[in-house]
Amino acid sequence: MHEYSIVGALISQVEDEARRRGARVVNRVHVRIGAVSGVEPVLLATAFGVFRERTLCEAAELVIEQVDERWTCPACGTVIDRNAGLLCDRCGTPPRLTAGDEIILNRIEMEVS
Amino acid sequence: MCQECGCGDTEIVSVEMHERILSGNDRAAAHNREHFERGGVLTLNVMGSPGAGKTALLEATAAALQGDFRMAAINGDLATDHDAQRLRRAGIEAVSVSTGSACHLDAAMVHHALDDLPPSGYDILAVENVGNLVCPAVYDLGQAANVVVLSITEGWDKPLKYPVMFMKTDLVLLTKIDLLPHLPGTKIEDFEAAVARVNPTPSVIRLSVHTGEGIAQWLEWIGGLMKPEPAGASS
Ligand SMILES: Nc1nc2c(ncn2[C@@H]2O[C@H](COP(=O)(O)OP(=O)(O)OP(=O)(O)O)[C@@H](O)[C@H]2O)c(=O)[nH]1
Ligand SMILES: [Mg+2]
Ligand SMILES: [Zn+2]
Ligand SMILES: [Zn+2]
Ligand SMILES: [Zn+2]
Repeated sequence: MHEYSIVGALISQVEDEARRRGARVVNRVHVRIGAVSGVEPVLLATAFGVFRERTLCEAAELVIEQVDERWTCPACGTVIDRNAGLLCDRCGTPPRLTAGDEIILNRIEMEVS
Repeated sequence: MCQECGCGDTEIVSVEMHERILSGNDRAAAHNREHFERGGVLTLNVMGSPGAGKTALLEATAAALQGDFRMAAINGDLATDHDAQRLRRAGIEAVSVSTGSACHLDAAMVHHALDDLPPSGYDILAVENVGNLVCPAVYDLGQAANVVVLSITEGWDKPLKYPVMFMKTDLVLLTKIDLLPHLPGTKIEDFEAAVARVNPTPSVIRLSVHTGEGIAQWLEWIGGLMKPEPAGASS
């Protein structure tokens, strides 16, 4: 379950930033997780609950924003429905995934004294 | 610090980051990629389920290359050195990375393994990832291309159940094709259609290490990715 190693990376990223700004405590961590990123939000939340202990995130809330997948035709820009057979209905070009694979640390709310 | 009235000892700060959580791995992968490009090495990230036939594929590849190109391998293995031993017996340099309980290789593990390989003398580096259809797809290793080994005994619906790995792959090798007569109800077209439903672009090659079917096509696919050599290299 790679959610644990992802949370490990997330918490050290957050702690680095919090220390740099002299924060005492982190209140909230906002992440964006794509539907086809390979990261399971429920597992991520569980892993965060375990890993935050004895870190600056000890009392932090993890806010997960889920992003739907979106496929777009690289030739004509049409957005294609995933279940439509994966070819652009206007020009027949194979579309590209343009959203839904993100694993992103978006925002940190922290208390600076 | 006044908790009661919030009289202003502490300040709540909101910091916009917009940074990939795996940016550390991304940087390590970019560094590996520089090694590979500088050394003129084509690196393939070979993924697939446990037992799909990843090591068998690399054994067959080592035998079929016949000195046209030289291959080396890195094997991600949970606990043993078996796969690397098999590949050394097949005549190529191979080192294993013990991943412990990790279910995937990451870029730092691959970089570490490079220390145990000879610094030069190979054109293709095959990285056999840990047998797993989920986690390996999430970590960039610095590879030039992704290859998924899917054996036909696993069932045609795997691309639909594990879309991320199939979405990110450049090639799907449908292996153990020699077993088809023993698998009533299994149709190769179902596998190909399932791949096409999650990813319209990858090539699909039907392959068996026992009959040799598909090996030539696979080598041709690899050849297509090799940077043209300035002189002397025939293929
Ligand atoms: N019939 C047949 N059997 C195959 C083929 N390729 C692999 N096998 C068999 O499948 C089994 C697993 O092969 P491996 O190469 O060890 O598979 P792997 O994907 O490397 O397995 P792990 O590294 O443990 O995840 C072995 O018994 C192989 O002999 C094939 O093309 N045809
Ligand atoms: Mg193996
Ligand atoms: Zn995992
Ligand atoms: Zn189009
Ligand atoms: Zn290095």
